[in-house]
Formats: sequence, structure tokens, C-alpha cells
Amino acid sequence: MPENGKPPVMVVVYLGGGNDFMNTIVPYGNDIYYDSRPLLSIPQKDVLPIDDELGFNPAAAPLKQLYDEGNVAIVQGIGYPDSSRSHFRSTDIWHTCEPKKIGTEGWLARVVRDLDPKKENVLTGVSFSRGLPRALAAPGVTVTSIGDLDNYGLMTGISDQARRIEALEKFEKMYGQAIGTGPVREYLAQTGLDVLKGADLLKKAPEMYTSEVEYASTGIAGSLRDVVRVHTADLGVRVFFTQHGGYDTHANEGPVHPMLINELSLAISDFFQDLRDHDAADNVVMMVFTEFGRRVRDNGSGTDHGAGGGAYLIGEKINGGLYAEYPSLEPSQQEFGDLRHTYDFRGLYSTLVDQWMGIDPVPVVDGMFEQIHPFTN
Amino acid sequence: MPQQDLELVAHLMRRAGFGATREDLEELATRDYEGLVEDLLYPERFPDLEEDVLHRYHIDINDQDGLRAQSRWIYRMINTQTPLKEKLTLFWHRVFATGAGKSMHYPSAVAQIETFRGNAFSGFREILLDLAKDPAMNFWLDNCENHKDEPNENWGRELLELFSMGVGNYTEQDIKAAARAFTGWTFSQPLPVYPFGNYNSTFVYREDDHDDSEKTFLGETGRLNGEDIIEIVVKQPATARYLSRHLYDFFVADEAQVPAWDETPPRDPDAIGELTKAYFDSGADVRSVLRVLFNSDFFKAARFNKVKSPIDFVVGTIKLAGTYRFPEPALRGLPATAGVMGQTLMQPPTVEGWHTGKEWIDAGTMNARVNFAVNQLGNASNPGVQSIVARLEAEGNSLAPEDFVRRCLDLTGPLNVGSDTHASLLESANAEGDLTFDPGEDRDGSVERIVSMVQQIVSSVDYQFE
Repeated sequence: MPENGKPPVMVVVYLGGGNDFMNTIVPYGNDIYYDSRPLLSIPQKDVLPIDDELGFNPAAAPLKQLYDEGNVAIVQGIGYPDSSRSHFRSTDIWHTCEPKKIGTEGWLARVVRDLDPKKENVLTGVSFSRGLPRALAAPGVTVTSIGDLDNYGLMTGISDQARRIEALEKFEKMYGQAIGTGPVREYLAQTGLDVLKGADLLKKAPEMYTSEVEYASTGIAGSLRDVVRVHTADLGVRVFFTQHGGYDTHANEGPVHPMLINELSLAISDFFQDLRDHDAADNVVMMVFTEFGRRVRDNGSGTDHGAGGGAYLIGEKINGGLYAEYPSLEPSQQEFGDLRHTYDFRGLYSTLVDQWMGIDPVPVVDGMFEQIHPFTN
Repeated sequence: MPQQDLELVAHLMRRAGFGATREDLEELATRDYEGLVEDLLYPERFPDLEEDVLHRYHIDINDQDGLRAQSRWIYRMINTQTPLKEKLTLFWHRVFATGAGKSMHYPSAVAQIETFRGNAFSGFREILLDLAKDPAMNFWLDNCENHKDEPNENWGRELLELFSMGVGNYTEQDIKAAARAFTGWTFSQPLPVYPFGNYNSTFVYREDDHDDSEKTFLGETGRLNGEDIIEIVVKQPATARYLSRHLYDFFVADEAQVPAWDETPPRDPDAIGELTKAYFDSGADVRSVLRVLFNSDFFKAARFNKVKSPIDFVVGTIKLAGTYRFPEPALRGLPATAGVMGQTLMQPPTVEGWHTGKEWIDAGTMNARVNFAVNQLGNASNPGVQSIVARLEAEGNSLAPEDFVRRCLDLTGPLNVGSDTHASLLESANAEGDLTFDPGEDRDGSVERIVSMVQQIVSSVDYQFE
């Protein structure tokens, strides 16, 4: 938990497609790695070492910098039993904590519900994405989903400011008058008013924000900058979600993967710098996850879907280092040619939810899972 | 023609299609209602949509890619002359929900939709048989993994639970028997995506993988194969009731969510009874059931009691605005627009399909819906808006506020709105007095007033319903 009474905030970043863990945290001390990946292995001399066995892909240098500052926990070998190699199914599993059946509630929606049961703040959970990800969807839970922060809200297509304001006033009046006209109609009217309220609150964020940090013009940098803009506007947001896509590198992984993790690393580094500049970093923890790792052998151009992957916890209150266990590359230990997971992802969710957010993890992840202890104090 | 005829026809076209222009409605309302229903039920009376234009301007529209397949389907929904056929295609897609995300193989996803379209008005037996042979469905529910020595029950279960009878009308033993009857029903492997692109797949029956032993299914015993299972299923009263309830939910009024159906009775059991009777009288002919449905009193009375699905909302609003009659470049953005509203074509969240009715609505989808409608109707050069302006201008030099509101509601629907919405609209109209079209007066100002009024109407709670 943060020390100074500020409420804990979590920022969840989803890497879409299945990030290649072995080429992010490279087992450069292991010959099997080099034998299995004639095309894609990162040369030993290029790796940024963590210790004698493991090192960062050089493209992730900004993240390595944060690691050296003691702020990155690498959770190795994360996954779940009978890992699904289907994007669709595996992403669903990570979003709903239901490996065996179809889940109906997202785990982050459950967190939002626990934090704000009376729905006093429509901005408790905010997602920077087009449409609501499954992790944040549950019946009865309001989550604000923002495609474009600078243009968020109703009537944004009306370019004439005066007309737009007039339209908003009319909307508010119309929706505010929904008398006893049936539960469905009233629900819709209340939802309309919630949108208005959320948008009104959010428009302060771009207005108030100033920064010295020059973010790159990538999607992920823009999303993380939006997180800073909203977080520093003190609107009571406790759960942020965003995503970075393109990690499904079956082909062309050589040029593509380093580019992606470089974009990601720079964005994360700029994000934390920006938070520090605003004195707003101490109650924020970021979790980066992906739906699976990739296969041990490369396929001549890229890698195919694997099982055990990696996740990262980043923040000032993180006790940086290596957590759980790097999966064994020994062929006898592999799971159909993939890295066997060593730590259940629901344990990581439980860690974050229990130790950082201070709420009961069991109903959130549907069970009790072993936690790690990556937080300082 | 009488206003009530116009309102009834507008209701029919909203439900049996995606809406119609005012010009079309005025023409249709002069005809007899039963004749209109027959025209909807017999799409062969009308020319099929020419898709040449679509291909000429979007030369890469093909079936390799989900976005393009979705854009093409939306274009069809907007411009078809056989609206009930397209609407029924959407209905079957909703009931037999198959997600292309599992296979990432769009040719088979599109082929499945084509099968639904071709079978839109067929008998339910034929519909289920073609579904059982459909490669996309087969892969979706793992029937390719259903082997003689190692059955997989996924398809067998969902056939009974979701596609025909509904929970509570069969036993686990029946599921096992159904699964065994469908062993050997598989599909030809298309070549993988990399590097050559997608190829089509077809139904394949592997006799050597089929369990030909004796099975007992719903009380009937024999060496049952897949066709036999379907034959038995189609005869069941539970099937008639379940299908009827789905048709009611889709075309008449929002029911409870499907998973609750075994515990929650239908909102209008008599209506379901009428449809069930039509099912049996006609030998499970979907066209005959629909004829009874659209001609029924319960249908005619069911105005504005369904929350529009995202596709209904997007396509209906486009028809009102008169846009996309031509395959403009922005057509490509429409699938994502419906997706943000919660409905990505060919990507239902699970085999249970989308959650409909009020569950289409949350803060994010509400935001997307209101903005979309306000934007489409906000451009005075859109044909639909021009039509509204021209008609109001033709009424005379000046229109009192009350009449202005009444006429706008009429021309955007006709729409019924609650007294709360109506009071707001009247307040807006009163604030600026009579709507005038005096020569020499600022016509632009009047047009702007009309556009604002129409935007206020389509941003209302009431516009979320059909």
C-alpha cells in the first residue's frame, strides 16, 4: 500500500498477440536457446545482462534502466495449466480468470465493483481503448472507455462550440426528466447521465496538464500519456487499462519484435518520468501482461504460440528483481515444445489486488493462489 | 394516407428490415399490409443487390479479411431490396453464433453467412442440416475432434442446448448419443494462412471415423446418424417453442437473456403458442411461422419495445440520413463503429451470442450510439436531412413550434417519444419561435434549426428503441 494516505492506483497494460518472453528476457547463458533459435536469438554480446544467465533484449534498454533503479519485478514463467494456444481463448482466460469455462465477469470489473460498490464515481475504472475489454466488463459495473481523450464526450462531432454546448444542455435536460417510464427506459436515461458526468469530469484532464516529457508519437506512448493526464487530474481513477498490439510475431519477428519492445519500453520510461515530475508516482503500480509466450524453436521467420510467458510489475514501490522461476529450456521439461509455466497468473493478480489495492483477492480471481512479495515496506 | 398506416408500415420495415426512407414508406403505406408481408417473405420477387460497385471502389473487398467481409455485409444491409432476407441472415447468425476469431479463417466465416442467407426462409430441418455440415461451425464447436473412439460432445450439446431445444428438454445421455451420431462429420483442411492466403473448406464425411452402433436419443433407438438426430429434434415441441421464442425475442419484443429461459416464462405465452402452432401446421417451415408473426396483433402492437442492436442502430441511422447509398471510403469504419457499440459481426463473444436488449447499453456504448446518430444527422447535405428540410419547407412559410416538433418526429420515424422527451423538444422549439422560410429571410438559419432539432431527437432515450 502507498505510505502517505494516497489511494493505490493500478495501471494494467496488455500486450496483444503473445509477447515473446524468451527474446525479451533472454537466457543468454543457455546453449539450448542458441540452438533452438538459429534465426532469432539475440547475440550474447548484445544482451544487457541482469546476471550470468539472463539479460534484457537491447531494444528494451529504457526498461533495463528502470530495472537497474530497482523498480521492475520480472515475474517469470507466468501462465496456467493446460495453456490454450488460441488468442481468443487465452486472452479471455487472462481477462476472466476462468480457464475451464466461459467466464462472464472480467477480473478488473470485479476490482472496480469492490472499490466502488455504490457507483459513486463513474471514473473509478478507465480504459484507453476503443470499446471495453473483457477484463473490465461485468453486468452492473460502469467503466469509462476512452478512444480519444481530447475529444471524449458527447456531441463531439458538433464542431461549433456554442452549438455543442447547447446540444449538451438539451441532452442533460432531456435525460434528467425520465419519469417513471419503465425500468429499461430509466436505466438508459441514467446511463446517458453517467456518460455526461464522466465526460464533464474528464475534460478537466487535458486542460490542467503540462509536462516537460516529450513522448514518442506512438500509440502506446499516447495511451500512457493519457493515463498521466487523467491520474494527475485527481479524478479518483483507481484502475487504468490500456493495450499495445502487434506481438503475434509468427513472421518477421527479427525486425518487428525489437521495434515493439522498444516502443513499449520508451513509453513506460517516459510515463514514470512524467509521474515523478508531477510527484504522482508513489501510489501507482503498473502491471504488464500478455496472453502467452512463444515457442522455444523459431519457425524460420518468427515464432508460434507458446505457453509460459512473462509479466512485469513496475513502480517506485516495487522491490525490483526476478520473481518465480524462469522455465526450463530442457526438452524433457518443455510442454509440447513450449516453456512450461512456473507461476499461475492468478497468483500475480492476487498479489496486486491484495497487497497493493487492499481488497480480498479470492472473489476477484475465483480462488486462492500463491502470491509473491514484490512490494517494498 | 392515414397516419396509422404509415406508422404500422414504418414499424414493419424497422423490424423486418433496417428501416426505410420516407419516400419508400409513403409508397408502401398505400398497399395492403398482408401483401407487403408476402413481398418481404418472397425475396425472389426482387433483384438481388449488385455488388459490382462495391468491388469497383473497394478493390480489395474480398473474403480474406474480417474487416472487409463485415463492410460488405453492412453495405448489403443498407442497400438491399430484400431486407427481411438480410435481417433473417443476422437472426441466424445471432442464434447460431459462430466466432471467426477462433479460426481466423474468414472464407469459411463468410461461407457460413452465405449459407444462412440462402437458407433464410427454408425449413428448420434443412437449416439445421446445413449447419451441421458447415465447416466454420464444425471447427467452432470442435466436431472435427469428435471421433468414433473418442467422442467430443461440444457440437452435440450446443445443438440441443442453444440451437434447437433449450436446456431442460433432454438428458446428458441424449447429448452423448447425439455426439456419437455426429462422429465422422468433419471438413476438408484449407491450406494455412502463411504464406499463400486462405482457401475454402468443405464438408467431409469420414465413414471410417463414424460410430455406427445403436444409440437411443429422445426415446428413439437405432443406428442413428446426424441426419436422424436432426429429424428427431425438429419434431419436438420443445424445438418449436424454443425457435418461436427466439423469433419473438428478435422480431417482436426483448425477452430475458437466453440462459434464463429455462427458469423464466415467455413474456407473452399466447404469442409463443401461436408461433408454435404455425411451426407444426407447416411442418417446421420458417416462412410460414414468420407469416403468422408479422400478421399477428401482438406484432403490430409491439412498437418501440426493443432496444436496437448496434447493427440496427448503425444501419437504421444510416438509412435515415440517406448515407452510404454508394460505397464511400468511410464504409470501412462502420464495422468498428458497431464493434465499439458491442456488436462485431462474425465475432460474437461466445457461442451463446450477444447479450441483447438493455444489455447492449453501458456508458461506453451509449456514448458511441449518441455521437454516431448526432453526426450522421448533423450534415445538412446528407440526402435524408435534405429530404426532411425540403418537406418542412413545402409545408408553407411558417410552422408553429408544436407543429415543427410533431413534423420532425414524424419524418424521423414516425417516432413515438415519452412526454419527458416531448417536453424537451417543445422547449427547444419554443425558444426560437416559429420556423420560417420567408423569401429573403436567412434560410441557413432555418436549416440549422431543423438539423439541431433532428439531432436532439436522435440523441434521445427514445431513439435507442425500435
